[in-house]
Amino acid sequence: MIVESLLMSRQAFEAGTGWQLKPEGACKGDVCIPLVDPPKGDTVDVASIAGQMGLPLVADENHPVWALGPDAVGSRTLVTAEAPPMTLPDLDGDPFELASLRGQKVLMIAWSPY
Amino acid sequence: MWQQFRNQLHPEGLEIVTVALETSGPEACRPYIEAAAPEHPSLIDQTHKTAELFGFVNIPNSVWIDEDGMIVRPAEAAPAPPSIERPARNAFAGVEPPEHLVEIAGEATKIRTTPAEYEAAVRDWVANGADSRFALTPDEVIARSQPRDDDAARGQAHFELAAYLEGQGHHDDAVPHYREAHRLMPDNFSYKRQAWSLEPSGGGLEGPVARFWQGPVEGSEDEWPYDGDWLRDVRAMGAENYYPGFTP
Repeated sequence: MIVESLLMSRQAFEAGTGWQLKPEGACKGDVCIPLVDPPKGDTVDVASIAGQMGLPLVADENHPVWALGPDAVGSRTLVTAEAPPMTLPDLDGDPFELASLRGQKVLMIAWSPY
Repeated sequence: MWQQFRNQLHPEGLEIVTVALETSGPEACRPYIEAAAPEHPSLIDQTHKTAELFGFVNIPNSVWIDEDGMIVRPAEAAPAPPSIERPARNAFAGVEPPEHLVEIAGEATKIRTTPAEYEAAVRDWVANGADSRFALTPDEVIARSQPRDDDAARGQAHFELAAYLEGQGHHDDAVPHYREAHRLMPDNFSYKRQAWSLEPSGGGLEGPVARFWQGPVEGSEDEWPYDGDWLRDVRAMGAENYYPGFTP
């Protein structure tokens, strides 16, 4: 997740990382990472919670922007088989939500012009 | 191609979603998408976030998702279905290919894929759903999803930052982050191909084919900003290992 301010709303953090901040910790599916100092209120200190969750927070030297990387829980990409929420634009910039295809089988294929 | 496959299987309940991994944005994808004229969703992923979400590590890769939104096969190589006829793609039509591209093409002929097995598996799943032997349980899906250790997670953060900076027009600032992503996640070939393909080509090539140069230009080797390049890396790993074979 691209981070332009190290203080962000709880909602933006949850939507961006896929981890829900609950009293028992940061949770995705059935998996929870306990938090020693869970965020109180609506604002999340990204550096603090990244440290607690073990998420890499990478800075750039020339621009005030960071990237918060994914978890390595279970040493695998997926911690649950539930497809994560995903919205991406089409060629015209119109957003498309993967979950809108519920009820059909979906074969999602990554390709590239290179 | 995928559009024709979709025409066959859409009446049986399959939808195809193509995702273009391209940090330079939609315009590089436009000629291909317009030529394919897809009726299925055709999306642009400028930060390769699907790599992080699903575990794509090369292209083409796929994931299968069932009617309830459960992944039933995690990221794996997705060769084009051999039953679909398609015009022979000759990227060099009308161009005398430079020696470097002849070498790449020669190496590419050694790449092994298992398209017949893959296509048969997709068709079996569409016909039989959860009863298909190719539809995995949630535990199998998690266990077979791409490995990700702390280095790989950090590499993905660097790649996302590179892609963001690229999108903002800061190519030179993106390069160190692409390099870190390559160092920390050396098996991720889409991260490498993406970065290599954004560097200048040699041989006087222009247009889409120039993206396949992916290596130093003779006489300007010092300007190549990466430790690896397509030919060197594929030769080192062995072209036959470029895509893992299909595992039922």
